[in-house]
Amino acid sequence: MTAKQVRELDRVVIRFAGDSGDGMQLTGDRFTAETASFGNDLSTLPNFPAEIRAPAGTLPGVSSFQLHFADHDILTPGDAPDVLVAMNPAALKANLPDVPKGAILIIDTAEFTARALKKVGYATSPLDDGTLGSYQVHSLDLTGMTMKALEPFGLSRKEASRSKNMYALGLLSWMYGRSIEGTVRFLQTKFATKADIRDANITAVKAGWNYGETTEDFAVSYEIKPAPMPVGRYRNITGNLALSYGLIAASQQSKLPLFLGSYPITPASDILHEISKHKRFGVRTFQAEDEIAGIGAALGAAFGGSLGVTTTSGPGVALKSETVGLAVSLELPLIIVDVQRGGPSTGLPTKTEQADLLQAMYGRNGEAPVPIVAPSSPSDCFDAAIEAARIAVTYRTPVFLLSDGYLANGSEPWAVPDVGSLPVIEADFATDPNHGSNDDAEFWPYLRDQRTLARAWAVPGSAGLEHRIGGLEKADGSGNISYDPTNHDHMVRTRQAKVDGVEVPELDVDDPTGDARLLVLGWGSTYGPIGAGVRRARNAGHSIAQAHLRFLNPLPANTEDVLRRYDRVLLPEMNLGQLAMLLRARYLVDVIGYNQVRGLPFKAEELADVIMKEDDQL
Amino acid sequence: MTATELGMPGLNGVPTTDVAQTKKEFTSDQEVRWCPGCGDYAVLATVQGFMPELGLRRENIVFVSGIGCSSRFPYYMDTYGMHSIHGRAPAIATGLATSRPDLSVWVVTGDGDALSIGGNHLIHVLRRNVNMTILLFNNRIYGLTKGQYSPTSEQGKITKSTPMGSLDAPFNPVSLALGAEATFVARTIDSDRAHLTSVLRAAAAHRGTSLVEIYQNCNIFNDGAFEILKNRDTRDEVMIRLEHGEPVRFGTDDEHGIRRNPATSGLEICSGDDPGVIVHDANAADPSRAFALSRLADPGTLARTPIGIFRQVERPTYGDLMNDQVDQAVETQGAGDLAALVTGNDTWTVD
Repeated sequence: MTAKQVRELDRVVIRFAGDSGDGMQLTGDRFTAETASFGNDLSTLPNFPAEIRAPAGTLPGVSSFQLHFADHDILTPGDAPDVLVAMNPAALKANLPDVPKGAILIIDTAEFTARALKKVGYATSPLDDGTLGSYQVHSLDLTGMTMKALEPFGLSRKEASRSKNMYALGLLSWMYGRSIEGTVRFLQTKFATKADIRDANITAVKAGWNYGETTEDFAVSYEIKPAPMPVGRYRNITGNLALSYGLIAASQQSKLPLFLGSYPITPASDILHEISKHKRFGVRTFQAEDEIAGIGAALGAAFGGSLGVTTTSGPGVALKSETVGLAVSLELPLIIVDVQRGGPSTGLPTKTEQADLLQAMYGRNGEAPVPIVAPSSPSDCFDAAIEAARIAVTYRTPVFLLSDGYLANGSEPWAVPDVGSLPVIEADFATDPNHGSNDDAEFWPYLRDQRTLARAWAVPGSAGLEHRIGGLEKADGSGNISYDPTNHDHMVRTRQAKVDGVEVPELDVDDPTGDARLLVLGWGSTYGPIGAGVRRARNAGHSIAQAHLRFLNPLPANTEDVLRRYDRVLLPEMNLGQLAMLLRARYLVDVIGYNQVRGLPFKAEELADVIMKEDDQL
Repeated sequence: MTATELGMPGLNGVPTTDVAQTKKEFTSDQEVRWCPGCGDYAVLATVQGFMPELGLRRENIVFVSGIGCSSRFPYYMDTYGMHSIHGRAPAIATGLATSRPDLSVWVVTGDGDALSIGGNHLIHVLRRNVNMTILLFNNRIYGLTKGQYSPTSEQGKITKSTPMGSLDAPFNPVSLALGAEATFVARTIDSDRAHLTSVLRAAAAHRGTSLVEIYQNCNIFNDGAFEILKNRDTRDEVMIRLEHGEPVRFGTDDEHGIRRNPATSGLEICSGDDPGVIVHDANAADPSRAFALSRLADPGTLARTPIGIFRQVERPTYGDLMNDQVDQAVETQGAGDLAALVTGNDTWTVD
């Protein structure tokens, strides 16, 4: 056997696609973990149906996982795959339109039966009819080869064929010079109690690797060198995991026990799952009977001095709205995590969108302002969660944390933070009466800190500070029920002033040449795609400024100044222009929207085109 | 002697005081704003008068309510309190009670609040058995919204929203609670201070969710709804006083009894001296007998209405189990280490 050729690449986009039951998400996760350990920069995009087991072999049942990895800093999961791994005809048909000519197709031929082809509308087999003429096609009987490799285990056909995803993983790992050691360790742990399944999967992944190394079919393997990153220790992390850790960190940093009241909903449930594992941190998790009880319990716990959190997605926020309003009125800390998904109504449960901004901003009765923090990347979910807790506790207010499906499930390398440098959050509970003198000293729950306008927070168990609060309007100071017109006007304005006065960092602008006339603004998960689009436009010779809002309520104090500094402001959003409307209304600046609601993140190339077109008009 | 020492497991973990307390100390400085003559006054006075008996530190008592006339209750108690939103008090109290086992948590609610808009939370708090006492003021009408029928109103009730009579069959709150796996279910009457106090005492003593249905008169919109059970001339003939361990008899001279009907397996009226008269066992593990008792009452006339404790059984509370899991996690895995958590098991280093 002659040594095979190794070709060096700077970046690759791989998409694994198969049936929902084919284990494509696991395959993608494992390849990602191997790639992260190798030191490449990476970004991932899982894309799966809402149905748990959609009918096998159908287009709606296709599940995919896209991974972009590189020897340099990258910002998105990639626009188009360089390699598509298709485990059946449906996966090929559903994904081929995204694959550029000349790309590599690795196809499991086992499922290309007349019946399976017909099911997805192929009259003839694309493997033979010339459809794939302009691709580099590797037609392999992955299933058959897996079953052959697993013969010694005496598994049923069905059981043996289940390991085909590991076989594919082994093959791809060989192609791109990934180690499979981590996956072997992972399988040993995952199937520790099922020896035959464990050994079958380990054998499959090794067999796939060995196949790549020995077969003539793959003449070339590829090398993507590690990306230069700042010195430090790294791990790979998804947005939901980072957000979970951020909430636990916030609990530690505030010394308030975490109470999570939640009702399962895609794509937020993983936060409930994750936090439930960490009871050793003194966290309590409560799977409630409905969304309303989830937030209700969190608010009740907050009244008792816990860090109250509820996690949900858009439909859940709609149900929680009344309780958010109560929290505004009670002026208690509460974090509402909205992992946004496509709407309205049930919408697109597993797809991403940014269309809950106005719901978070205004979706309550009365004047009920709530601060909003939006993380910009999967790893930023950690810091954003701590920020949300800081605002909630410091200002005694509910806070929205607006993540989305793309951040939730997408992953990227994360420099493990030094926990010693995390901010300390002071709950600053009231311990003494704060009104009147000596004999008739009382506790007034609505006496405010003059700087933050936060009210005094006394938790039950504090002797002498017994008090009653509720959703009826209260007299400022005493907190007693008040229907006085002047007091209500004062309280409405005070609650607004408190939120308006929340201290948030200034908006940074990245304008490397200093002569940009176009500012591209974004918020939330569009940070990566916008950054990649701006980078392309700059490489094409355009001077472009970029800024990204993490704080949407209140907006940074310099926002208007930044907007007015540029001739044109372009704002891509995965909605029909919600932030654009807020900015136009607030600052009378003619913000131009670029809007898509396809359930998928923007593509860098598409944004680059839009950016350059706008810039050309100036 | 404190409540805990008296053996009230429901209050275990709640700090007590040796200083004698008075009703006045539990009375807040807020003006009570219920309609003159409202049954709520009597319940408030009884609860305020009963609280010192528990000997709990006042700052460790919390009243949580929803929306409705009765839900103003917390404002009048000089304890911690929250007047929340319609129907949600059991959910809010669940978060509070589970995260703060050192608190004595009371929920005050009404028939609309608990059984209509908040029905879901009520059944789930009962099934979870969260340690709290729920005082369900049932006046069989909507008072705060001025007189619409409620989920406990008798069918055919003429109200503002049902000028031709209400169409829905009413809930029997005791039957509902028993069906929802409640561990403590009782019924009492606003004006019977002694009975109300005895039920409150047992409810507070119970560890778990205690549901106390209180028949409460709304003298504005449904006056006299329970008159048949209050009037000296009629009450003995229609009201069945349940006492644990006692034969179930009623009537002016205990001339009626309740016995099992072998044909239907249900209960039926018999003579007071019938050898088959059942003995009330509130602690029975099987809730069937308690349920059958709850079905004796005529939903329209309230004839054969049992009052007292229907069911009182031990079952671990949700909060105790939840906190046990936290303790167990710390015990077996050690207290959480944030640095180890964020680092995980799969890192790489860039030098």
